[in-house]
This record gives sequence, C-alpha cells and structure tokens, in this order.
Amino acid sequence: MAMTHISGSDKGDLVLYTLSTCIWCKKTKALLNDLGVQYDYVDMDNLDDDEREKKMEDLKRWNPKCSFPSIVINNEKCIVGYDEEKIKEVIGV
Amino acid sequence: MSYKDTVDLHDIDTLFDTLSQDAESAGYILNPDKEFTKALIRGLIVNQERYGYPSCPCRLADQKKGDDLDIICPCNYRDADLNEHGACYCALYVTRDIADGKRPLKPIPERRPPKEERIKKSRPVESGTTRLSHPVWRYTVCGYLCARENPPEVCPICKAQKERFEEFLINNA
Repeated sequence: MAMTHISGSDKGDLVLYTLSTCIWCKKTKALLNDLGVQYDYVDMDNLDDDEREKKMEDLKRWNPKCSFPSIVINNEKCIVGYDEEKIKEVIGV
Repeated sequence: MSYKDTVDLHDIDTLFDTLSQDAESAGYILNPDKEFTKALIRGLIVNQERYGYPSCPCRLADQKKGDDLDIICPCNYRDADLNEHGACYCALYVTRDIADGKRPLKPIPERRPPKEERIKKSRPVESGTTRLSHPVWRYTVCGYLCARENPPEVCPICKAQKERFEEFLINNA
C-alpha cells in the first residue's frame, strides 16, 4: 500500500496527503509526531503515475485544488495547509 | 516513482548563495530563516534532478515541463502572493516586514488555479493601426516588459528562462 503508518495515540483516523520536498508538509508531520498521535501519510511525489492518479482522485474530493498538506480527518473533513491551531483543535489536544 | 534524495550539502549552499544574490539584485528577499530556506532549496535541487527543472517544492509537479512552467521557481504566483500575504507560496521569498520579524509568517493559500482553469498563455494585445518598431514581450514571472525582436535568454529581473515569456503587444498594422 502507498500509505505509511505512524503509530501513536488514537485521536481518530488521520490521513495526510503530502509531498516529500514540501516544508509545510514536514512541519505538519513534525507537529503530529510531537503530539504523539497516530496517522497515515502518503508522499504523492514519490508514487508511480497510476498510483498518483488514483490518490489525486481521492484527494480532489476533499480539496479540489489538490494542494499540500491536506489532512483528512475521520473521512469527514479536511484541513488544507499547515494550520497548527485547527489541527490541534480537531484532534482535541 | 520513488526518488532517493542524495543532495550534496555543498550544492545547497551554492544555490543558496546564487539565489540570495539574484534576489538582492532584483529587490526580492530570500527568507532569512536559513534552515527553512535551505530545506526548500534541497527540494528545488531534488526536483531539478528528477524532473529536469526546479519546480516548486510545495506543489505536485505534473512532470511535464510544458504543464509546469508556471510553477518553476520563481513561480508565476510569487509576486501576487508577496503583495497579498508577504510571502510566496512556499515562503522561499518574503517581504521586508516578514524578514524583519515585524509580521508573522503564516501558510499561504494556493493561488494556482486547478489544471482545467489554467491559462497557459494570455492573448497578446494587437497594436491596431499603430505600427510598432518592435513587438513587446512580457515575463510571466515578474511582469518585466521589453521591446525587441526576441526576448532575452534570461530575464534580467527574475532570472527566469526564455520559455517563461509571452507576447504582450504585437504588430498587426
């Protein structure tokens, strides 16, 4: 599978769409790591073409601009960009 | 495809120096947070190596140069984002107040339109009954205009390559 799982405490289902080169994506991962929560992420730039297309279709439903990072929470809502306060609020820390 | 990042620290420093000098000479400011800026420069080098051009490290490249011209750094959206947000999308470039710490740096919303809505080239204005001595070219990155038969190889302001120009005013007299 294309997703990488990072273990930590369970604060809901967090799926991150990220880029390996993006500094705001790195900050987002670092924030979640600091908070010690579990999440799954995919670095879209490191996928092969077919896989990337598929993941882009998934992401488009949440964030039509397909910008990064995008964090999908519990398959319900999406936070676009590194928004520290909103991320903390949504996962309840 | 997975790319193994083997960027040489020396290459990062070299590009950092070049970009700092280019920015300064043209009135732009590179983000003074060196750690942040060098992480972005690493991304530019990775993209140069895997795609053949330094597209924005914070945007997903289509991996076809023709479709990514607008996000080759410096991107076509830099100046508008500097004006509105004080930083470009990835925050490699910032305004003086942010560089001096008088204004906080916040993430910048994406200005680039979705693929279907992107205009690759604007239509040039026609000169009408006026006979121009030369056509006028516009750099899509910084807005620099020059009147000559062909645009320069590299923009003297934004240092973008020739392929980033468009015809701005053409003769039809």
